[in-house]
Amino acid sequence: MKERTSESEKLLPHELYSQFTKKKVTFLLVSLMFLVAIALVATSFGGARLSFGEVTQAVAARIFPFSNFEAELSTEVIVWQLRIPRIVMGALAGAGLAISGTAMQGALRNPLVSPFTMGVASGATLGASVAIILGFSLVGTEKYVVVANAFLFALGTTFLILALGRLRGVTPESFILVGIALLYFFGAITALLQYIATEGELAEVIHWTFGTLTGSSWENILIVLVAEAFCLPCLIMYSWDLNAMASGGDDVATSLGINCGRVRMMVMALSALLTATIISFTGIIGFVGLAAPHITRLLIGGDHRFLLPCTCPIGASLLLVADTIGRTAFSPTIIPVGIVIAFIGAPFFFYLLMTRRRRYWQ
Amino acid sequence: MKLEIKGISFSYGSRPALDRVTFSVGEAEIVGLVGPNGSGKTTLIRCIDRILKPKTGVILVEGEEVGKVKHKELSRLLAYVPQSAASVFPSTVFDTVLLGRKPYVNWGLSHRDKAVVSQVLSLMNLEDLSLRHFNELSGGERQKVFIARALAQEPEVLLLDEPTSNLDLRHQLEVMDIIKNLVIERGISVIMAVHDLNLASRYADRICMMNGGKIFAAGDPFTVFTSENIKHAYGVEASVEKHAGKPYIVAIKPEKREEKK
Repeated sequence: MKERTSESEKLLPHELYSQFTKKKVTFLLVSLMFLVAIALVATSFGGARLSFGEVTQAVAARIFPFSNFEAELSTEVIVWQLRIPRIVMGALAGAGLAISGTAMQGALRNPLVSPFTMGVASGATLGASVAIILGFSLVGTEKYVVVANAFLFALGTTFLILALGRLRGVTPESFILVGIALLYFFGAITALLQYIATEGELAEVIHWTFGTLTGSSWENILIVLVAEAFCLPCLIMYSWDLNAMASGGDDVATSLGINCGRVRMMVMALSALLTATIISFTGIIGFVGLAAPHITRLLIGGDHRFLLPCTCPIGASLLLVADTIGRTAFSPTIIPVGIVIAFIGAPFFFYLLMTRRRRYWQ
Repeated sequence: MKLEIKGISFSYGSRPALDRVTFSVGEAEIVGLVGPNGSGKTTLIRCIDRILKPKTGVILVEGEEVGKVKHKELSRLLAYVPQSAASVFPSTVFDTVLLGRKPYVNWGLSHRDKAVVSQVLSLMNLEDLSLRHFNELSGGERQKVFIARALAQEPEVLLLDEPTSNLDLRHQLEVMDIIKNLVIERGISVIMAVHDLNLASRYADRICMMNGGKIFAAGDPFTVFTSENIKHAYGVEASVEKHAGKPYIVAIKPEKREEKK
């Protein structure tokens, strides 16, 4: 065997591994701080020019009411009623879509899967189209007609896919094939509706599908927050199972005592629930769910115990950066974040893929 | 008896793959499963590890019925090394072997979990690769990682499906010696499906020769590896010699098949 040069290099594998683990924990903390920094910077950008200091003051004044931070009323209104809701919603949406994508890719052992593979997006679009074009909604008051319909259709589609996939056997292939078939089917119905729609309705549907954070309110945030508070811990609880399924396959996972079919169904249901909640408010924001998992894997590796938590700040940061660019680049025109994210995310993704591929793909 | 298999039958749809297979494995025993392709070796191993559910029969591990024990408990008794599996996503060697501790952990890792993995890695001579990515390894190294993961499970019975198929001559012997030592030191039992009859002859205490989903011959290597048995199961003319106290099989030529026009 190779000569070791010094005593200090002579570490046992598990000691090396502990160092490796510490690096990942550090990464998580750093990425969270990075997210907060991005959020603050994003708050200071916008139509009304506010300095970074003014924004920080306004934020601090609310969070620490008895401290001596003070802000002008106009600043406070802009910050707390317009910008922060948008930014918080962006962060929550990015985090939720990213973790859903990661969990789905692991559970289905397929790197091309995103939360939308399970028909969430096609269902949501159909739901929104039905509400906008036919004026028909299952539930919901005036204000939430589109949101409620998009949500219910998205979940309905997912459960249809889960049920059909289950009939065929709970393998990744069944779910992916059934998901894709239904995606086309619902796509066709949506297209038909759009064909008979008036121009105004059509514009509204198309606009909905772009995916935007405009109109985020504290009310919406609360609903998304509840969904995340439930789904995130549940998904993270499946980390070990996902590790076994992703890196060993079903046979090995079964041999390690895991009920693969049940884990797969649960993970997909949770991811779909989370995704449906988010996109029924924001519209279709696609790229985060596919790319954030890969970007995080490229940075810290495939261990779901760290991967799942870390995708959240990464996804959130991506979405915030994209939205800030979309909001400011051609101000006062706001470009929907669904468009910007793919526009800037894809090159970043390519860059990582090309420079780090040796350690990644076979 | 560590493992008892009583009257196991299994079929893929309407095609029968196992027909009332019965045998048992004692403590600290290596049983070699041999037989031509499609004779049911892998199916049998997968039934034992409850990846497949047999149609009839029972399997007992240390007196406990496989179908009735909790999955997690069973995975502390049985470990399985499949023929091959590639990782779709990046995973380090340490992480891959660490999966073997899954039956013992809920969330956090104990010091013992990490120590066992370290120990297994050094046993398999994989220490220097521990933080390398699994997908960067050679076929032989990957196979050793899979065996290491199974060993990290600290099982009573180890199920190996072609454990040496990707290994070169030296690694074959190394890996088999490691397994043999574990059997002697810890008293674990091993069932391994192998194509290499001489490897089976050299390392197995007992041989089960399968053909058409049935056990065709069973016993010590000398009773099973005879020219007649090999001719019958494989359709190959072979001479059996004696080398270092074990039968040594030299294949001569395939028996002419009587083809129907």
